[in-house]
Amino acid sequence: MSKLRVVHYINQFYAGIGGEEKADHKPEVREGKVGPGMAFQQAFGDEAEIVATVICGDTYFNENIESASAEVISMIKQHNPDVVICGPAFNAGRYGVACGAVAKAVSEELNVPVVAGMYPENPGVDMYKKYAYIIETANSAVGMKKAVGPMASLALKLAKGEEIGSPKEEGYIARGVRKNYFASERGAKRAVDMLIKKIKGEEFVTEFEMPVFDRVEPAKAIKDITKAKIAIVSSGGPVPKGNPDHIESSSASKYGKYSLAGIEDLNPENGQTAHGGYDPVYANEDLDRVIPVDVLREMEKAGEIGSLHEYWYSTVGNGTSVANSKKFAAEIAKDLQAAGVDAVILTST
Amino acid sequence: MVKEIESTGLPVVHMCTVVPISLTVGANRIVPTIAIPHPLGNPALGKEEEKELRRKLVRKALDALQTEVDGQTVFDK
Repeated sequence: MSKLRVVHYINQFYAGIGGEEKADHKPEVREGKVGPGMAFQQAFGDEAEIVATVICGDTYFNENIESASAEVISMIKQHNPDVVICGPAFNAGRYGVACGAVAKAVSEELNVPVVAGMYPENPGVDMYKKYAYIIETANSAVGMKKAVGPMASLALKLAKGEEIGSPKEEGYIARGVRKNYFASERGAKRAVDMLIKKIKGEEFVTEFEMPVFDRVEPAKAIKDITKAKIAIVSSGGPVPKGNPDHIESSSASKYGKYSLAGIEDLNPENGQTAHGGYDPVYANEDLDRVIPVDVLREMEKAGEIGSLHEYWYSTVGNGTSVANSKKFAAEIAKDLQAAGVDAVILTST
Repeated sequence: MVKEIESTGLPVVHMCTVVPISLTVGANRIVPTIAIPHPLGNPALGKEEEKELRRKLVRKALDALQTEVDGQTVFDK
């Protein structure tokens, strides 16, 4: 039997092209394996071969999702794969979104199965889990070794057209797909068994997990913006020059509250970004590009807005856990309420 | 963060470049911006032009804050 054909999608970082300064790298295709492809190839042994690797910069992909997907797909198609592997992207948000978008396009347009790897909080998971088998990984590349095994074995199964087990058995994130199977016991008996376990306080496994709709009602609009006090919050890591609170460049454990007193315009002397996930050059040159202090000050003077709240709040969104972000935001919201703020402009990078 | 703040009753406008992420996290008022490393600016423009671009985006955000919405809304006009 000839070897199964695998195409691998990775970003500019894992291709060894460069970090954030190269994140605008346009899609390219290389013959054979690149970077993490080595480990996958090892796991495949003689059964499959990575025939090509498609590489794209994360920023380029996310700023041009539709055209970038199309370019990447045509590259993948040329190599006629039996299965496509994306990532793993761990908790890198833009990489996860890119992997997910590629997975969606591959499964819909080429009708080829896709295996990706991501940390459950990666935004790519919620957006694209329907389209790929996303193996649950650790939140950083430290988990590469552990991710490769399950990704490779699931990819082989898919390429061979073998039966795929439940999310738990195979280690992928539930896709919200229902599958019929013959159970050994009737539904009524299973339900009662489950209920009895629940009453006894024993562990049981539901057969139908309810989706979690984590949505918030939109707050009421501002009636008169010329009287409103506006506050600035950002996950793009804007901080005073020198990053006095040492907010981490990724996986932030804190947020900062910084005074805008006397600041009319941000410049390289009074502001910078602490964020590690994007090229900081533009923000460091002029932090107004991340938080628009200069124009809000003008609008305040011109009476277009009531006032600008005297502090801005900042953290770094890069790889920061949802639990931490929630905690920071709850504290920030309390502070905003106490200060009589009416509305918030929240910027993200 | 958007949700946590909005849940206290304060309207939040999310200005961001990757709108699908914002929709996934659950922002209700979304204004798309220029690029990931410089959402509210464009280094390719002259200083005044760049500021005008920023002014326009902020006005759009202020309009969004003054608009009642009953679900997730992207203000891209």
